Amino acid sequence: MKFAVIVFPGSNCDLDMYHAVKDVLGEEADYVFHTETSLDGYDGVLLPGGFSYGDYLRCGAIAQFSPIMNEVKRFAEEGRPVLGVCNGFQVLVEAGLLPGVLMRNRDLKFMCKTVELKVETNETMFTNDYELGETIQVPIAHGEGNYYCDEATLETLRANGQIAFTYTNNPNGSVANIAGITNVQGNVLGMMPHPERAVEALLGGEDGKRLFTSMVKWGTRHATYN
Amino acid sequence: MLLTTEPTATHIREERLYATMGLTDEEYALVVSLLGREPNYTEIGLFSVMWSEHCSYKNSKPVLRKFPTTGKHVLQGPGEGAGIVDIGDGQAVAFKIESHNHPSAIEPYQGAATGVGGIIRDIFSMGARPVALLNSLRFGDLNESRVKHLFGHVVSGIAGYGNCVGIPTVGGEVAFDPAYAGNPLVNAMCVGLIRHEDIQKGIAEGVGNSVMYVGATTGRDGIHGATFASEELGEDADEKRPAVQVGDPFMEKLLIEACLEVIKHPALVGIQDMGAAGLTSSSAEMASKAGMGIEMNLDLVPQREADMTPYEMMLSESQERMLLVVKAGHEDEIEAIVTKWGLHAIKVGVVIEEKVLRLLHQGEVAAEVPVDALAEDAPVYHKPSKVPAYYETFQAMAPVQPVVTDVLTTWKDVLAMPTIASKRWVYEQYDHMVQTSTVVAPGSDAAVIRIRDTDKALAMTTDCNAKYVYLDPRVGGAIAVAEAARNIVASGATPLALTDCLNFGSPDKPEGFWQLDQAVEGMAEACRALDTPVIGGNVSLYNESNGTAIYPTPVVGMVGLIDKPEHITTSFAKESGDIIFLLGETKPEFGGSALQMLQDGEVSGQAPTLDLETESRQQQALLAAIREGLVTAAHDVSEGGLAAALPELVFGTGFGADVTVDTDLVTTLFSESQSRFLVTVAPHQADAFAKLTKATRIGQVTDTPQLTVRASDRLIEMDVTELERVWEGAIPCYMTSEA
Repeated sequence: MKFAVIVFPGSNCDLDMYHAVKDVLGEEADYVFHTETSLDGYDGVLLPGGFSYGDYLRCGAIAQFSPIMNEVKRFAEEGRPVLGVCNGFQVLVEAGLLPGVLMRNRDLKFMCKTVELKVETNETMFTNDYELGETIQVPIAHGEGNYYCDEATLETLRANGQIAFTYTNNPNGSVANIAGITNVQGNVLGMMPHPERAVEALLGGEDGKRLFTSMVKWGTRHATYN
Repeated sequence: MLLTTEPTATHIREERLYATMGLTDEEYALVVSLLGREPNYTEIGLFSVMWSEHCSYKNSKPVLRKFPTTGKHVLQGPGEGAGIVDIGDGQAVAFKIESHNHPSAIEPYQGAATGVGGIIRDIFSMGARPVALLNSLRFGDLNESRVKHLFGHVVSGIAGYGNCVGIPTVGGEVAFDPAYAGNPLVNAMCVGLIRHEDIQKGIAEGVGNSVMYVGATTGRDGIHGATFASEELGEDADEKRPAVQVGDPFMEKLLIEACLEVIKHPALVGIQDMGAAGLTSSSAEMASKAGMGIEMNLDLVPQREADMTPYEMMLSESQERMLLVVKAGHEDEIEAIVTKWGLHAIKVGVVIEEKVLRLLHQGEVAAEVPVDALAEDAPVYHKPSKVPAYYETFQAMAPVQPVVTDVLTTWKDVLAMPTIASKRWVYEQYDHMVQTSTVVAPGSDAAVIRIRDTDKALAMTTDCNAKYVYLDPRVGGAIAVAEAARNIVASGATPLALTDCLNFGSPDKPEGFWQLDQAVEGMAEACRALDTPVIGGNVSLYNESNGTAIYPTPVVGMVGLIDKPEHITTSFAKESGDIIFLLGETKPEFGGSALQMLQDGEVSGQAPTLDLETESRQQQALLAAIREGLVTAAHDVSEGGLAAALPELVFGTGFGADVTVDTDLVTTLFSESQSRFLVTVAPHQADAFAKLTKATRIGQVTDTPQLTVRASDRLIEMDVTELERVWEGAIPCYMTSEA
């Protein structure tokens, strides 16, 4: 499977994402600069964490206008996998690919630590390698990860099974303990925790690895349909 | 248009305007003799910043010569942006620490943020990829609202900058003491990785080559920052706020990527950060090092504000700017790389044969000064030195013999002291994991990051117990180096070298200079004994507010090399049943201890003794044992003694410990004797460990969260959960409560 790791000015987890899929999983990966206009030849898109455009104006607000984002939107509309982590999640929300907003953390501080997540669905292309309801340890590192959406949207998310991960001990004030959500079709996942930081035992844990193996498994199956 | 009427040369002399820029009458006379005429306003400005202590080290140079600066691994010693040490296989590590004390005292968020930004530029201007940040912070009494404000905003500033540029902040230290009430310390350290062939120098060679400006525009911020950094903080400190710079970490991130790409280009001749004294120091130093001159057209300098004068442009310390020297004819290639990252490379000048810095502005020569006069000819002062009265009083005192009536309460109180308490509140605000190489995160003795595509890892730490340095600068200086090395060794690494940040009071006071001189003497002795040369650093003098100096605080930043991942060791117990050993001797030493501070509210008496031969032997023994695979955890015993070290060994693990020692309980728990480690070893390897290290077996790790200490005079039992609650809760409690 061949991944595109999108690099915005100010992205800083691009290397981590690239390393996770290329060196740890052994899949193909390229850095794709924000000025590019084509995602031809890629099977999955990864929007990494960081501070795109310095997070000036609002987190992710400027990155949505990058040339590559038109192509990311098209890619998503075709039902192909798009994963946004941390700043990537914020970009997806700003770009309208996912509902809701990400506000400043409840206690207004940046927070970096490993937290426990609950897998709320294993019927997505991102979570099929997890057990339903299992808890996993994944780091967070954000100042604005407090997910909010209105009551009606929350009901929709629940009804469609769009809530992928929740925090077992809410660190940032997110509504309904939401850590990650998908779009209705299930091919776009945004999450604040960093699965790419949890792919090696040496660095403290491998619970994030199965998110990527899920994508690869889905990708392999999907490829056989074509 | 704004009419700017600058003082004339005559006016400067008659009104002694140079004095307001920090120059003495003698220094002004020296400038006149070097130029052969009276300097104009811009020129005297250039001299004032270049001859400030911050840029010229005029007061500290004779002292700094005492440091050993060479060694078999040293590729670059002091004098460039950062020192560089070989780590084998064509790779090297570049690192440096620098202070941003005075800016942080008046504008803590930006002061700390730009301190981080500046030290990062020092690293990537060498051609190295920054891979880790550390810091060392000092504040006053955390009960005071002003101190809470400074502490909170300094931490936010460090987080705001480091998190955004994507370099993990992996370690550091924070201490609180009334000595820093008016003058906090903010020292930032950066570590970078580099291939030998990529090492750059700040040098302006080749007549006709282009001088290019990259990065942020030049504004009126930070004018005279270097001068401000070289003065005492007075009542008018808040008026100096315009001397504080404002940081833009996003710009820095782009600058890092652009510059690291540019250094791979053969047309790059030299590169230097526009740090303290901005455009002045970068141009004068690069030219001076090459034995060349530079002619710059200031009209071409990208300006943030209208009608900036040459004086303002040259003295601005606007952040995120670099000066490049590029082979003539290749400017477009460099510009193309830089443009990719959304920045511009603008040719602002040219390298000339005449060894002068010539500044053109609106068709006229605004200044023309010999580069060596700026960069090399600053006066060097051999300040008078005098033993302070307090030192003689302390040395004459009988050894401190504390009386502890309620050991359990005192133990908890020591763990609740903000200097000893958990720093989780601090380091969880720092992204310490980005770049996915952090193997040992903050909280253990040293941070460890792996080096990708190799088996190697780097251990790094910052240390200084300034209370010891105050009591006895020579011993305390040596202890700062020894403790840093101890932390590196406890992590499984061989200490490579160190960078130092010498935070002291005014050297103009003979007692203050004596502290500096003695501390460096002690550090240098320890450097030689432990084979850790000084490869660079920073001097921050005049850390006084309203006439009162801080504790002399020579912060040591040290980096060590780990050969194999299995040697990486943390300070946390791993298994119930593991045997606990104590390396080193515990003597009744309480001068400068946490216990003394708790009981008396101040320190007195003698610092703990340090025998460098013993220190070296203990470190070697522990390192050998770690490499033999005999050690499951290692923790240095430092501030707070065993009262801090023993609980820290089991906090977060769910375990407890049961130890038996032959010293009395108060000495056992609270003595701060040096050269000690707590080590845990699997039972089947205990004999081998004892044989190799001659350490004393004192007990074992237990599976119940309780600490049992059987001392020569009595036994005490402490609930780990209760102690951990106190230790974890202290700083958050201070920071959420109103003063």
